[in-house]
Amino acid sequence: MPDAHRLTVNGRDHEVRCPDGTPLLWVLRDRLGLTGTRYGCGVGSCGACTVWVDGQPTHSCDTPIWSAAGKSVVTVEGLTEAGPHPVQRHLIDGQAGQCGYCLSGIVMRAAALVDQAHAEGRHVEGDEVRAALDGHLCRCGAHNRIVDAVVSAGGE
Amino acid sequence: MPSCPPGASDVPAKPGNPSLAAAPLIGDWLDFTHEGIVRARTGKSELGQGIATALVQIVADALAVDVDSVELAPPDTSGPDETFTAGSLSVQHSGGALHAASTQARQLFTDAARRRLGAEPSLAEGRFVVDDASVSYADLAAEVDLAVAIDPTIASYDPSGIVGADLPRLDLADKVLGRPRYVQDMRLPGMRFARMVRRPARGARLVDVDEESALGIAGVTDVVRDGDLLAVVAEDEIAARAGAEALRESAQWQVPDSSLSDGDMVEQLTTADTDDTALSDGPSIDAPTLAARYTRPFLAHASIGPACAVAVQEEGLLRIWSHTQGVHPLRRDIARALDRPVDRVQVTHVEGAGCYGHNPADDVAYDAALLAARLPGRPVQVTWTREDELGWSPFGPAMVVDLAAETNADGQVTAWSWDGFGNGHSSRPGTLPTPSLLAYEEQQDGTPIPPAGDPPQAAGAGTGRNAIPGYEVGSVRAVAHRALTMPIRSSAMRSLGAHLNVFAIESHLDDLARHHGIDPVEYRLRHLGDPRGRVVLERAAQESGWGSPLAEGHGRGIGYARYKGTGAWCAAVVEVEAVSSVRVVRAWLAADCGRIVNPDGAVNQLEGGAVQSLSWTLLERVRFAGGRVLSDTWEEYPILHFSEVPPVEVALVERPDEPWLGAGEASMGPTAAAVGNAVADALGVRVRDLPITAEAIVAAMDS
Repeated sequence: MPDAHRLTVNGRDHEVRCPDGTPLLWVLRDRLGLTGTRYGCGVGSCGACTVWVDGQPTHSCDTPIWSAAGKSVVTVEGLTEAGPHPVQRHLIDGQAGQCGYCLSGIVMRAAALVDQAHAEGRHVEGDEVRAALDGHLCRCGAHNRIVDAVVSAGGE
Repeated sequence: MPSCPPGASDVPAKPGNPSLAAAPLIGDWLDFTHEGIVRARTGKSELGQGIATALVQIVADALAVDVDSVELAPPDTSGPDETFTAGSLSVQHSGGALHAASTQARQLFTDAARRRLGAEPSLAEGRFVVDDASVSYADLAAEVDLAVAIDPTIASYDPSGIVGADLPRLDLADKVLGRPRYVQDMRLPGMRFARMVRRPARGARLVDVDEESALGIAGVTDVVRDGDLLAVVAEDEIAARAGAEALRESAQWQVPDSSLSDGDMVEQLTTADTDDTALSDGPSIDAPTLAARYTRPFLAHASIGPACAVAVQEEGLLRIWSHTQGVHPLRRDIARALDRPVDRVQVTHVEGAGCYGHNPADDVAYDAALLAARLPGRPVQVTWTREDELGWSPFGPAMVVDLAAETNADGQVTAWSWDGFGNGHSSRPGTLPTPSLLAYEEQQDGTPIPPAGDPPQAAGAGTGRNAIPGYEVGSVRAVAHRALTMPIRSSAMRSLGAHLNVFAIESHLDDLARHHGIDPVEYRLRHLGDPRGRVVLERAAQESGWGSPLAEGHGRGIGYARYKGTGAWCAAVVEVEAVSSVRVVRAWLAADCGRIVNPDGAVNQLEGGAVQSLSWTLLERVRFAGGRVLSDTWEEYPILHFSEVPPVEVALVERPDEPWLGAGEASMGPTAAAVGNAVADALGVRVRDLPITAEAIVAAMDS
């Protein structure tokens, strides 16, 4: 019998049964129906699967479920629940994307960055955004629009 | 004179638009029977390029209705057969067809409204109005016959302003907000999740596998073995992954010897048996002013989302949901591979991650189809792994280009010669003698995928795409040498041969300009008669501050081409800092895409193309040895990162009275060329072998 793991996702408590080493990504997609978190590489190289674990942007594809147990996970759906985050609004306003597959992960990384900067009473800058997103791959070439949108969101 | 088949004789010729030949009637494209909604159809897939939004704009503009009232159905095999979403032709072909169909429909509905209302109506917000009376398109639908052949020459109504506006992408908000939108997000009742266990190398034979190793895992329901094809089916992705891992560990393969590697490619391609096509039969050049060889390696599509598809075998109908570029050709190839009638297979397009050409979308659709066919009534979703996506996809083919040019004392080019060597640029489904679907070559009764072909010259060619310079260069000799052996599967990738050909032509021209002591922009203008090309070239130079001083270690280069010789005009200027390695500081593009449907969308496509081309040109190389692709992770196949992407400025040349042209591929070649020329400007070294890495620069210095 697979082990039971308790975790909080988007503010709701869940108990899932799966092998200890199961990546959080597949628990979210398979068991909780949260398909907004994307599979891209499975080894934390592309950033498409990024979620928040206890507030920290984390690759869900190489986070085993046991290490997320007892923690609070927020996915792109959770971030959107109270209305789109400023990062999301500015991505849409700036038409910052083409295929969009990388955007869920980028939204989670960028929203954490913008929120952190706000908490520190400052606005994010372009170079800081580029550095923060450097672990996120985009193949369509929407990078500049994405950076501009995040900087705009940080200016709110 | 050949006789026409019954019913076809009244269809007027549709020069230049194959979409209208395939679906000639207004009713093939438009349906007005629902109040407040115009239903439109297309065969062109939304690949992340924004085509769905552009087509909605075209229909809304021509019918004078609000964009919100146009519903564009995703491509489906019950709709128009527009073959592939490829070649930057979607706006021309599908947009052209929908524009003509909508314009003619509006005329017919206006006639009907006049009859109904007794006077000439005005049209506003989808309603025909005479004084206080009005009727909608839907009100009149029953009395307007849409089984009428479309006249592609029909005169347009005055535009309503929807075409030419920056309508936001209709699909993007869902993607930003994480809503289900992709085929990866599809969940059908009772759906199973499957994974393929691909061969460890090309030509490997499956000797033995312990199926129980997977079947013993909770949630695994089936193991499918057919020749060298191996797959696991499970209740969820977690179990499918575990099952695939177990099979991979227990499978024993016989791997054939293969000495082919990417390091031998130039030798392989220039000594292979070839199919030669003369694209232009000028004389060869005995004493060229400059002769040089240019190469590029195999390139990967490298989409961020691995391929995925869903299929279900219903009673008498195999249904498939796929992010394919062509629902109809895919249906035909799957029907052929499964040996069943075409009308027993239905393919519907569902969006996937970014598509830049013939990627594994079709392969995974066949994976899902063949598994679903064995599990009647049970939907099956197949998702590829990252390693398979980078390792088993068709690749953009490696190429070798030999150029020679002769100039006179004034520097004017008087003769030009091009020889292009490489594998073909198309092994798309339905274009080869046997099915072009990866699993088909793994199956017991299947056959290996034949070597890729090249599209005909009239369709823009493959190896020879943009091989003939758009400049006045005297006599032109051009011969394409398509290799008849294929070390790894090649097929269409964004701009096909134009990437290397434009890089080569523009590198060559720069060296000739330098040889004759003439500024590269001035040199190009002396050879360029095409007025729209001249405007684009001059605009890019002007935007970039061409001729202004640069910082130490910096260089500036230009590249230009009219895509395919028939598409959009584009020029790129790139500034690099080249010390120990190359860093692109900034890029400028100027483009003429004719009338623009959605300016922001065109800018997005041109900029995205330039950034992707920078990545190909600076970093990318598929590595393989022993029948195995070695570059199957992001570490082994790096692409451009956020911190490496330069600012890109795009200037669109306004041509509101000219036909619209696709923007998706126009910037690939010019950007690559501009990088090479900027590096040469900075270092005085001509790098002719892509990618332009630090090692390639050192090698060029040494030679």
